[in-house]
Amino acid sequence: MSFSLKLGAVLAGLLGLAVILFTFERPPVETVQTGFRGVALGNIANPRLQTTLVAANQVPAPLPRVPSVGPRAGQVYQNVKVLGDLGVAEFARTMAALTAWVSPQQGCGYCHNTANMASDEVYTKVVSRRMLQMVARINAEWKPHVLETGVTCYTCHRGNPVPANVWSQDPGGRTAGFAANPGGQNLGAPAVGYSSLPYDPFTAYLDQADNIRVQSATALPAGDTQKVKDTEQTLGLMIHFSTSLGVNCTTCHNTRAFSDWEQSAPQRTNAWHGIRMVRDINHNFIEPLQPVWAANPNGPAGGPVRPRLGAAGDPLKVNCATCHQGVAKPLNGVSMIPDYPELARITNIEAPPPVRR
Amino acid sequence: MAMLSFERKYRVRGGTLIGGDLFDFWVGPFYVGFFGVTTIFFTLLGTLMIFYGAALGGTWNPWTINIAPPDLKYGLGLAPLKEGGIWQIVTVCALGAFGSWALRQAEISRKLGMGYHIPVAYGMAIFAYFTLVVIRPVLMGAWGHGFPYGILSHLDWVSNTGYQYLHFHYNPAHMLAVTFFFTTTLALSLHGALVLSAINPPKGEDVKTAEHENTFFRDTIGYSIGTLGIHRLGLFLALSAGFWSAVCIVISGPFWTHGWPQWWSWWLNLPIWN
Repeated sequence: MSFSLKLGAVLAGLLGLAVILFTFERPPVETVQTGFRGVALGNIANPRLQTTLVAANQVPAPLPRVPSVGPRAGQVYQNVKVLGDLGVAEFARTMAALTAWVSPQQGCGYCHNTANMASDEVYTKVVSRRMLQMVARINAEWKPHVLETGVTCYTCHRGNPVPANVWSQDPGGRTAGFAANPGGQNLGAPAVGYSSLPYDPFTAYLDQADNIRVQSATALPAGDTQKVKDTEQTLGLMIHFSTSLGVNCTTCHNTRAFSDWEQSAPQRTNAWHGIRMVRDINHNFIEPLQPVWAANPNGPAGGPVRPRLGAAGDPLKVNCATCHQGVAKPLNGVSMIPDYPELARITNIEAPPPVRR
Repeated sequence: MAMLSFERKYRVRGGTLIGGDLFDFWVGPFYVGFFGVTTIFFTLLGTLMIFYGAALGGTWNPWTINIAPPDLKYGLGLAPLKEGGIWQIVTVCALGAFGSWALRQAEISRKLGMGYHIPVAYGMAIFAYFTLVVIRPVLMGAWGHGFPYGILSHLDWVSNTGYQYLHFHYNPAHMLAVTFFFTTTLALSLHGALVLSAINPPKGEDVKTAEHENTFFRDTIGYSIGTLGIHRLGLFLALSAGFWSAVCIVISGPFWTHGWPQWWSWWLNLPIWN
């Protein structure tokens, strides 16, 4: 064997060793059994990563409670449209909490003209009002998904003016000249867990209401017009579900019969409502605000500069990761509603009734 | 029972690994040996335990009989007989029977003065099974991670275990194992076709020789591995398939807890193209 061959073999060996040593995890692992013994239904997790994940999803310390007494905010202040029923002190506390959750660096001025707090001239105030209605809608109408835990601004925002996990239409088109068109897939996209599956499963299923339903009911093709790509797009969406929640396919499905509700875990029902909830949020609360963001495509004048619209001009929308952020129950399942009950009491939601079918 | 003319030559004493002359005899055409006795013992006990488990399971439908491993809560301890204990005994019996069979193959090889290729090759299949029901469960901390013994139930296990890692086709060792399995069948079909075509000439012609076989492949793909080489290649391909199967399951869980597609992010993030 020549010297260069030997050298090449040693280098290849070292490279292989580095891949083996540095790209895998190690035992022990944490496992949870959710089905009958021996059918491999359940979760598998790395306890060394769980610690960081749990720490990254803590609820902030609540502000001291104030009694709901005295005149109502709607009587004292001008232009209070959704929180007008709160006492003045209570209202101030809610505003302080919102600031800490959404714009801790920017403060009140992120949404308000501080010289005239009642004014709607800063567009972010219009957005916040709609988002408060959205929070109320989720807490009132989407209990099949959020249960009594509910949500607050913090569930998504976590101190960021724009939540960290959002999506917009991915028009693709990343090839030029004679290169093959990726046809909406084959990019190793983070949205679908770095797989080659179709990289925008969100537009079809979480914006439009395409059926996430590809399993044939018959053994032979009999009028089923769905294509392999429909299946793969569905799998892409499901991989997004799994990676957003830190779970796997068997959390909801017994994979011997994905479509069969009889064999599915109760979590699947919860997820079914979650899909409808996300569509409701995107249709009735996010997308109607598109013109507002189009007028301020990089956020408010005071910064920080961050695009408010996607490449196709559509707003930044919600998917599972927006709230879940890697854990099966957002914020480790801790409810902030007992500390901020006003966020579940808003009644003027101003949206058509939710679609549950 | 009649013996073939050359059989008498290797029906000789000796070559045993254990038991000396005690079990060094034949029953009809079958060599017994110490490991023949242990094979029979483990096979009988294991099979009876499977029948016992089936009797408890409420069905005699061969498709749905299921001998399931214990719940995960029993960890690496013993489980009650009717809650996975049967599976544990069957597993011990299976490993005892497979191991005995391999050692019996080794004794026969020694009598014949052959190499140990057969027990080593069979040992790879045992290793793959051992990985499934012992190494991986031990690494994950519970016997319940073993697969259930049943025609449909073990398929359910395979399906769910695959989907616990979101998309098992992205498991790098699974890729290698599948490739080796397919290549094994390709090589076997090419080899079988070559041999049959050489020994089945048209009426009136002589049977062709190895040189014809070599010439066929040299003319087709520029190289012939030869009559001995094809068997070495076949053994390598088949053993590699079994070996990488064992690797692909032992890394799923103990050494990777996420979706397999995500494992490839190191590749996608290589500074060459990222």
